[in-house]
This record gives sequence, structure tokens and C-alpha cells, in this order.
Amino acid sequence: MITLEAYFDYVILPILSISVMLVFVRLFRGPSLVDRVIALDLIITIGIGIITVYSIRSNQEVFLDVAIILALIAFLGTVAFAYYIEKQKK
Amino acid sequence: MIDIILAFISTVGVLSILFASIGIMRMPDFYLRLSVTVKASTLGVGLLLICAAIMFPDMSVTTKAIAIIFFLIITAPIGAHMIGRAAYFTGTPLWKGTIIDELAGKYNKETHELESDGNDTEGDNKDQAPNVAKTDEETE
Repeated sequence: MITLEAYFDYVILPILSISVMLVFVRLFRGPSLVDRVIALDLIITIGIGIITVYSIRSNQEVFLDVAIILALIAFLGTVAFAYYIEKQKK
Repeated sequence: MIDIILAFISTVGVLSILFASIGIMRMPDFYLRLSVTVKASTLGVGLLLICAAIMFPDMSVTTKAIAIIFFLIITAPIGAHMIGRAAYFTGTPLWKGTIIDELAGKYNKETHELESDGNDTEGDNKDQAPNVAKTDEETE
């Protein structure tokens, strides 16, 4: 009988790590700047998920505050990038 | 029993995050990548946060989790729309198999305003070919 803690440690967190690695490939390869912006946005969103799972595993609910701030920063970063990409001269 | 529910919810959430990351790897075009990642990642992180809200018996954790989910659901489409709009203006090419681009020639290049079809006074930027990529390598 596997416990829920082992399931989080050996299934959920490795799949999240693999997801971050796959997005990193797009962050390096991305042909245009906007591809890199959405890759960065997706990395931060997956980071919120990793923080959530880690706060469950370590029984520390304080880490969810970090997730709130990270969600805010992801939104502000995407909006700022979009604003300046739209305004730039080619 | 509650363990099985938690394992199920977290599995569905983490699989949708995995599908989002596979989608951003494999999709041939910026716009397809955008449409895959935003929805799937919001669903996945939302399910993981619901899992945390069930797991902690505290009321404050539930409030925080609901706040994060609400914030993500509000802000993810706004950010996606803004970055997609910026990408369309800066001339990111569409996938080479694109059939229709209904916005082609309807945006004013200078003011970035959308013009309706019946407005015939300034017809110089109509009948414009959509910005479709010629080869796969342009959008890969």
C-alpha cells in the first residue's frame, strides 16, 4: 500500500519537473520573443504548482503566500512584455 | 477514501500541466502554443491548489487557495490576449497550414485600431494577404 506522501514524492513532483524541463527547451529554442515570453509565463505557473505540492509535503502553509506573489509577478511580467513589444519600433 | 480523492485530483492536475508543456514543445505555431498552454496550465494549477485546500484543515489555507485560483482565472486570459495582440502586430507568422486569418488587413497599422468592413473611406490596407509562414522552419 503506497501512501499519499510517497505518491506526491515519486509521481507528482517528478512529472512537474519534467514539465519545467520541456518548457525550458522552448525558452531556449523559441524563434521569436513572444514564444519566450509565454514560455516564461508557463514556467512561473508551473512553479506555483510546485510550491503548492511542496507546501503540502512539508506541511508549511506559509509557502502559499509565495505562490500568491508569484502569480502576481507572472501577470505583471506578461503584461509589461506585451506592452513594450507592441510599442517597439521595428 | 480522502486519500484516493486527493490522489485523483492531483493526478488530473499534474497531467494537464504535463500536456501543456508537451503542447508548448510540439505545436507548430505561436498562436497554437498560446491557446494550448494558458487553459491547460490554469486548470492544472487550480486542481493542485484545490488539493492543498482539502489537505490542510485550516480555514486560512482554503481562503488563500481560492484567492490564487480566482486571481489565475482572472489574469491568465488577459495576459494571453495582450501577448497575442502584440505578437499579431509585430508580425509573428502563422503556421503554414493556416486556412483563414479573419483579421488580415483589418487592423490599422499605425493606430492599432480595428476597422469594420463597411468603412470604405480608407481602403488601402484591405485585400492584404495573411502573414502565413512559407516553411515549417519559420515558426518552429
